[in-house]
Amino acid sequence: MMEAQSYRVRVGLATCGIAAGADKTYDQLVPLLAEHGIVPERTGCLGMCFSEPLVEVITPTGDSYLYGGVTADKAAAIVEQHIVGGKPVEELLALASSAATENDHFMSKQHRVLLEHVGVIDPESIDSYLAFNGYKALIKAVNEMTQQEVIKEVQKSGLRGRGGAGFPTGMKWNFTYQAKGDKKYVVCNADEGDPGAFMDRSILEGNPHALIEGMTIAAYAVGADEGYIYVRAEYPLAIKRLRIAIKEANNHGYLGNKILGTNFNFNLKIKEGAGAFVCGEETALLASIEGLRGIPRPRPPFPATSGLWGKPTLLNNVETYANVPAIFRLGAAEYSKVGTESSKGTKVFALTGKIKKTGLAEVPMGITMREIIYDIGGGIQDDKEFKAVQIGGPSGGCLPAEQLDLSVDYDSLTAAGAMMGSGGLVVMDETTCMVDLAKFFLTFTQSESCGKCTPCREGTKRMLEILERITEGKGQPGDIETLEELGSAIRDSALCGLGQTAPNPVLSTLRYFRHEYEEHINEGKCRAGVCSNLISYFIIKDKCVGCTVCAKNCPVNAISGERKQPHEIDQSICIKCGVCYEKCKFDAIILK
Amino acid sequence: MKATHQCHAADPFDYAPVDEILERYQGQKGATIPVLQAIQEVYGYLPRQAMEYAAKQLRIPFSRIYGVATFYAQFHLTPRGENIIRVCQGTACHVRGAAKIVDALKEQLGIEVGETTEDLKFTLESVACIGACGLAPVIMINNDTFGRLTPEKIKEILKNY
Repeated sequence: MMEAQSYRVRVGLATCGIAAGADKTYDQLVPLLAEHGIVPERTGCLGMCFSEPLVEVITPTGDSYLYGGVTADKAAAIVEQHIVGGKPVEELLALASSAATENDHFMSKQHRVLLEHVGVIDPESIDSYLAFNGYKALIKAVNEMTQQEVIKEVQKSGLRGRGGAGFPTGMKWNFTYQAKGDKKYVVCNADEGDPGAFMDRSILEGNPHALIEGMTIAAYAVGADEGYIYVRAEYPLAIKRLRIAIKEANNHGYLGNKILGTNFNFNLKIKEGAGAFVCGEETALLASIEGLRGIPRPRPPFPATSGLWGKPTLLNNVETYANVPAIFRLGAAEYSKVGTESSKGTKVFALTGKIKKTGLAEVPMGITMREIIYDIGGGIQDDKEFKAVQIGGPSGGCLPAEQLDLSVDYDSLTAAGAMMGSGGLVVMDETTCMVDLAKFFLTFTQSESCGKCTPCREGTKRMLEILERITEGKGQPGDIETLEELGSAIRDSALCGLGQTAPNPVLSTLRYFRHEYEEHINEGKCRAGVCSNLISYFIIKDKCVGCTVCAKNCPVNAISGERKQPHEIDQSICIKCGVCYEKCKFDAIILK
Repeated sequence: MKATHQCHAADPFDYAPVDEILERYQGQKGATIPVLQAIQEVYGYLPRQAMEYAAKQLRIPFSRIYGVATFYAQFHLTPRGENIIRVCQGTACHVRGAAKIVDALKEQLGIEVGETTEDLKFTLESVACIGACGLAPVIMINNDTFGRLTPEKIKEILKNY
């Protein structure tokens, strides 16, 4: 290629990069690089959120240097020192193909199939996708295979739904294929609402054509001619890039009427969500596309037989569809070599919370939690003690340190009281209170409950009241047992997935961290120092130098004392905001 | 002349944008939500007159439109500020101190979550998760995302609006 003669520069421009200032870095680079005849390329998320903004320099010989923390003011250094001077800027280097960096583990333990081209291609250009075998899978499926053969191939790959319970994808396709109907729909659930999950956003922003290609293959297989992508309105950049991608795919004949010159038609539209978590549930999502309140209905009938406007409808999430082109590119046999017996392929996880290297990681199924958190994620922030990891969002559960060597696959996670869910991993250290965390999740599901069925509407409210009482230090004997009873009743009787899984965070923290609940109730103690009614701040007289900083910052004037004399906190006035604790430079204030 | 004329004069509400929106979505199935989204885009919120008018034109009961408008968190029935601040309440933000960011915003703006400042400059809202968890804690002002926040940074950011 001609470009190989000169340097190439890529800037990661997904939401997280832009939030860290990557757009300003890009604007700064444009004129600087123009002098050397280089146009910087835009790309999606490289997954290394911890060192955004990211700029990749590819040398004429093909070596890659990834720079991290490249704010606009540092752009010039990269151009002058590396591109003009030929010397890599060591202090900004996050990853290099020819040299060791501290982040090597972040990439080396990953297995990137889905994210292979995210962060490489320009998501706003179909040519960029085509350059990496884009739409080859569709061409193969439509031109060389029958509908049944396509479905067989997906079944053979062992792919399971990446959005929640892990239903076998090929089986779902087959149900929709066999359903009788003059009209069928293919719908994508891109309503990624789990707090702590952003892998779908990264695919939508970084490689939207992979989703479109996967959906088009699905439409061919089940016999659908119309499709919808239901995206949350909170993802404006994803929506913008999807619109561009759909338009380009239409122009190139990969979407629309007479695809690839055959009689296969598939018209794809975007529906913007309007902010309701319950719309991640399939029947609620379909109601929302129909323009109604997003309220789930009982199943059966399943969407495969009676979905959108009563027609057979195939519904999968972003990551599931995005896996499909890889299955056809590699072949089902090759694809399914990765993973465990019952969980094939890879899974993308969003690593967040108190972890050193926050970001996106795609790993083979069957990897251990320890490898994800310590090898890829670099361990716990400030080298504190690992306490728990929350997996699967508000529907999932918390796993303690004893479970760190658990194999990460659908069945092991479910057996341990958690679930794969969408793939958010929130890591917590000793400063997280597990009762408070359970309360946080229940507050969320309670406010997102649509109110249709009683177990969810009333049950989660009663559970939340008990949790609030416990965190306020007013817990009563018998509260734990009531929580367990309510939790299992809701799990067994709620109408939809949201309600059935809502008690999970409470039940799993009760399973592994029961002692913390007991401490709150019986001893009035919160070991993490989070529940403000259960903690008090004290000044250690020997350490206090009387600098008066704490007294000046106290919003309620609860601290008194002479200058250069030890101060004191009046516990009857203190509101436990923690400002004094943060402001004290002498570690003279402690939390009990 | 003119009871009808007077009636029009008494209703100075500008329905033209609603007409334009209804025309755009004419004949499309399940257009209620996109129509409401477009109306909110124009007026900044969902004025009752606009919803009543749209219901009449679409030949659906007002109760159905109102039901949809009150179900989804995105829709607002009262005027909102010029700048919308959304504080992320996702898990990652929660464990990294989102509560303190909310407190700082409340203090700076002098309003509670869900309220609008008197000068209609800012509306403060909370949102389930923006999906920029790697940069937690995060807020969004209009379409811009700000990450790795501390309470101290809030003042600086607000200055630009």
